[in-house]
Amino acid sequence: MPKDSGIGASSKRREDIRFLTGTGQYTDDINVQGQAYVHFLRSSVAHGRINSVDTSTAATMPGVVRIFTGADFEGVGGLPCGWQVTDRHGQPMQEPAHPVLAQGKVRHVGDPIAAIVADSASQARDAAEAIVVDIEELSAVIDMKEAVKDGATKVHDDLTSNLCYDWGFVEENKGAVDEAFANAAHVTTLELVNQRLVANPMEPRVAIGEYNRANDESTLYTTSQNPHVIRLLMGAFVLGIPEHKLRVVAPDVGGGFGTKIFHYAEEAFCTFAARQINRAVKWTSSRSESFMSDAQGRDHVTKIELALDADNNFMAIRTDTLANMGAYLSTFAPSVPTWLHGTLMAGNYKTPLIYVNVKAVFTNTVAVDAYRGAGRPEATFQLERLIDKAARELGVDPIALRRQNFITQFPYATPVAVEYDTGNYVATMDKLEQIGDLAGFEARRKKSEANGKLRGLGINCYIEACGIAPSALVGQLGARAGLYDAATVRVNATGTISVMVGAHSHGQGHETAFPQVVAEMLGIDENMIDIVHGDSSKIPFGMGTYGSRSIAVCGSAMVRATEKIINKAKKIASHLLEASEADIELKDGQFSVVGTDKSCAWGDVTLAAYVPHNYPLEEIEPGLEETAFYDPSNFTYPAGAYACEVEVDTATGKVTIERFSAADDFGNVINPMIVSGQVHGGIGQGIGQALLENTVYDENGQLLSGSYMDYAMPRASDVPFFTVDHSCQTPCTHNPLGVKGCGEAGAIGTPPAVVNAVIDALHSGGHTHVTHIDMPVSPSRVWSAING
Amino acid sequence: MTKITMTVNGKSASGDVEGRTLLVDFLRNDLHLTGTHVGCDTSQCGACTVHVNGKAVKSCTMFAADADGADVQTIEGQANEDGSLNVIQQAFQDHHGLQCGFCTPGMVMAAAELLKNNPKPTEADIRHHLEGNICRCTGYHNIVKSIMAASGQDVSAIAAE
Amino acid sequence: MYNFEFVKPSSVADAVSALSAEGAQALGGGQTLIPTMKQRLASPDTLVSLSDIAEMQGVSSAGGSVTIGGATTHADVAAANAFAGLTTLAGNIGDPAVRNRGTIGGSLANNDPAACYPAAALATGATITTNARDIAADDYFQGMFTTALEDGEIITSVTMPVPEASNYQKFEQPASRFALVGVFVAKYADGVRVAVTGASENGVFRWSEAEAALNGNFSADAIADLSIDASGMIEDLHGSKAYRANLVKVLTDRAVSAAS
Ligand SMILES: Cc1cc2nc3c(=O)[nH]c(=O)nc-3n(C[C@H](O)[C@H](O)[C@H](O)COP(=O)(O)OP(=O)(O)OC[C@H]3O[C@@H](n4cnc5c(N)ncnc54)[C@H](O)[C@@H]3O)c2cc1C
Ligand code: FES
Ligand code: FES
Repeated sequence: MPKDSGIGASSKRREDIRFLTGTGQYTDDINVQGQAYVHFLRSSVAHGRINSVDTSTAATMPGVVRIFTGADFEGVGGLPCGWQVTDRHGQPMQEPAHPVLAQGKVRHVGDPIAAIVADSASQARDAAEAIVVDIEELSAVIDMKEAVKDGATKVHDDLTSNLCYDWGFVEENKGAVDEAFANAAHVTTLELVNQRLVANPMEPRVAIGEYNRANDESTLYTTSQNPHVIRLLMGAFVLGIPEHKLRVVAPDVGGGFGTKIFHYAEEAFCTFAARQINRAVKWTSSRSESFMSDAQGRDHVTKIELALDADNNFMAIRTDTLANMGAYLSTFAPSVPTWLHGTLMAGNYKTPLIYVNVKAVFTNTVAVDAYRGAGRPEATFQLERLIDKAARELGVDPIALRRQNFITQFPYATPVAVEYDTGNYVATMDKLEQIGDLAGFEARRKKSEANGKLRGLGINCYIEACGIAPSALVGQLGARAGLYDAATVRVNATGTISVMVGAHSHGQGHETAFPQVVAEMLGIDENMIDIVHGDSSKIPFGMGTYGSRSIAVCGSAMVRATEKIINKAKKIASHLLEASEADIELKDGQFSVVGTDKSCAWGDVTLAAYVPHNYPLEEIEPGLEETAFYDPSNFTYPAGAYACEVEVDTATGKVTIERFSAADDFGNVINPMIVSGQVHGGIGQGIGQALLENTVYDENGQLLSGSYMDYAMPRASDVPFFTVDHSCQTPCTHNPLGVKGCGEAGAIGTPPAVVNAVIDALHSGGHTHVTHIDMPVSPSRVWSAING
Repeated sequence: MTKITMTVNGKSASGDVEGRTLLVDFLRNDLHLTGTHVGCDTSQCGACTVHVNGKAVKSCTMFAADADGADVQTIEGQANEDGSLNVIQQAFQDHHGLQCGFCTPGMVMAAAELLKNNPKPTEADIRHHLEGNICRCTGYHNIVKSIMAASGQDVSAIAAE
Repeated sequence: MYNFEFVKPSSVADAVSALSAEGAQALGGGQTLIPTMKQRLASPDTLVSLSDIAEMQGVSSAGGSVTIGGATTHADVAAANAFAGLTTLAGNIGDPAVRNRGTIGGSLANNDPAACYPAAALATGATITTNARDIAADDYFQGMFTTALEDGEIITSVTMPVPEASNYQKFEQPASRFALVGVFVAKYADGVRVAVTGASENGVFRWSEAEAALNGNFSADAIADLSIDASGMIEDLHGSKAYRANLVKVLTDRAVSAAS
């Protein structure tokens, strides 16, 4: 029987009411009395030296309040990078300055040169056209392989080269890995590109800076996944505003997918400018602008090799990756190709030796940072394409090869420094074979062939590291912040509850799922509990939502705070019931004395806490509010197996997804409906990456895919219904809920399944010369591969 | 500035607009109906979909002045008179047809037009009809399912959960 | 977007006179012009909306031809179901909201190299009627975004002889969903016409070799050995010249097989 409330129930989402009636409040829906509008004049060249910026005519245009340029930000901090990677030789990465407005040089198309603040948005834009910028165009550094050559033009003149770092992992294993390859019975090699993507949450970014001179307080309304992180970075590193004078609010946010984690120039600008002109300043990004200012994702070029012994056991993996950082280091950029990527290279397999090399490179392109999955999709794509290729080369069944090499004993310490606590990869593969009806594939293939189409089946397994992250560990790895989270449970006199959480919900349904947990623990109605999030003035602290961490980390903090509430409430109940605290039991919202019929209700205790007429005031304080901070002791390791069936029209090269099945192990599940929705969304984005999306710069650094006219977003007609299952559950052993996180799984698990399916289809049609097609596997690429 | 008057969600609304004022700007800025969203500047995402004289249009791609005298319906006017969700809205909640909610007003308005003209659409009909509405969150699975359910079709067989 | 004055005449005559002013431009459904103005690539001083002109609305049939008012929306053309190829074409332009606003006149005036209507107009040998004259489709299209229209001239209607059989095959560009290549095949008693959009750097064109082959034998077999020269084709992110040339062939084949 499915539950109808509490943990495990598919409670309907309460936030839907406001979104379905048009009464949500997104940042652009907020208007502050008297606000001015800013338009950013952005560079139209990818690389150039700014000789002069003449704002004199523009400054006199109607409505113009003030025009800012890089010079106004001298003495103001630059945008900080939150993660320092140490290279193979023990040296810190090269870290360039990132001014809020360009100083001296522009380094990508879209780099902001000037900011025009005016009474209306169109006046600001009109004035921007009157600014005369004299830029000496320099040759643009776009291709990563060219960028790392000796003598290449430098993106940052004050760095020694375009190499941010050369990272080796695990450096000590390198010799042993090379030796394993020398002794291998078979080596499979694959060169591939994990193409650059634009996250494209449907809500473009918005920022409103507000300043109150009377109390010297600044408020920033922003489209962020983590308002406290923005407060910390912007307050402490950029603008020097103390935390108690800075409030950051992220109201309803229309999707994030990683790109709304980072601290952006526009946020700092609006906050700064509001103080300068003593008036609120609003910026609303257009979609075109977001294509050249939102941090982008992926962009790896990799060579990966797998060594197998004579029995097809995996002996070693070796990879070489160039990772594009873009022109500047975005907030968490350095961690993505390293700690979020190298540590995942073991996948679901017991490969004893692994060596990962990553060279991070500066280019004259938009900054690259975490996008749904962040590093983990890149790792999974390489590994799972490679295994598929190996199976084909060896003439063995790709599922059998995977099963043979699965990790089956847990906990399992990988050769890439992480320890998987639990998992059951055989079970998810069994489940996949069942829900995907893999046994029926050959019959379906025959049917497709009868219709003149090739059909292929692609399999993929993935592992991810979620629940980011143990603070002490990430500190050693270079993180400049802790990655715990916090929650305050405030019980009101009548027993209703507000839970202030550091996680931010921008589609994940926290407002529904988090109360389910507290309701379960207290045995009260979910509807008595509300979640408060997204406002630094209301919440003790929070590191926000990314890395599938909300329920695993913030949810755990909430559990800890609720436990404290229960402890205190039991003390109060023991007083009211005149019994020993040890004998008090809380069940279904009733406190009772074990072995008696004495009881009192949840509401009696909460009322006593606030109206302490009959209350043990000498022993405990009145009130019922508790805060907990939770720092995880390990990552969580969701895993799963995915199957994709495609049809290929060889005349046009068009690929259609005919079936898609996903069997995931997320540990315990709080709200199955929401979890399925997260998986669906991830699969949709994964199909987008596999078949459609691509960010393309020409050799001059002009973005050719700068709008939905050329950047192919997945539409309803590009996907089928999906079959998803999360009944295989190996609960996480180290967090109180036994949860693992589900937000990124689909985006990680999908692309290799799709590409493997396309290759399988082509081979079935005799096109065996096609061993790989880079994503997006677009019609023209498939056609060219067939006819190439 | 031109004075325009239109009926929005059954009520008369008027204002002074510039030639370039888009219908979506008039709705959001002048009438404070911020449920209609702007997700792109190339007329592709459909977050801004409203009905003008009973037809779905992208309010970012129509001048407010061109809607002078028209009957306009937005997401704010879709709930039942007692404030409860209408059939389509309710189906979206029941079947988790939304996540961040940003595309949702456009989806609901697009679905309303479809169901008016095609009361029992197939899965393919629905997917074809949503060509101009982009959702980044849901993978469309539950949106399509919600619309099928709103049309009274049994969706229990569609991939559990 | 720059500001402009908005006028909405109710007759062709008034529209023509409004358009004679310096900097005036016609507004059809706005589905191309408005996004262009947002990018500040067009800056009319006056926009003359054609949406209130009754004489430019609707679809009517007479004497084996169908006449479509210049301000008729794609949705209305699809709903009129005048002949198979036209219905499919109009019903698959963009998306429902675009079809509810975009007009045939706007599409033909714009003559985007990836637009659908130019293929129908050329394949049916349509007559494009303006406030001033009739223009044969063969004379009307003059390369990408270029037509025989003079400044201020309005397309008031388009007349297409109804074919015995027709079909439109559109292969969508994955992002914009315009035609990466589109092929319209129309069969008449006096011959077959094949028009191709999306493919050529010179905009919509007739594939005369295919027409010649199909004249004798209206079946896919007739064009089996033909291929089209890739040299004048468009090359972009979404497909090479050779790929587009291949699509022209494949889609023509499919259009002939599916023509009804
Ligand atoms: C998301 C999206 C998808 C699309 N997909 C497709 C597609 O798949 N296939 C396709 O063919 N098109 C597509 N289009 C374009 C669409 O068909 C437009 O409607 C059409 O190109 C222009 O028609 P309009 O009435 O909107 O013209 P407008 O945008 O109003 O005007 C376009 C140009 O024509 C002029 N003009 C307008 N009407 C007349 C007239 N009667 N006489 C003379 N000049 C006139 C205008 O001055 C302007 O220069 C798409 C558009 C969008 C936004
Ligand atoms: S905002 Fe109107 S289509 Fe995107
Ligand atoms: S629900 Fe977020 S874009 Fe659709």
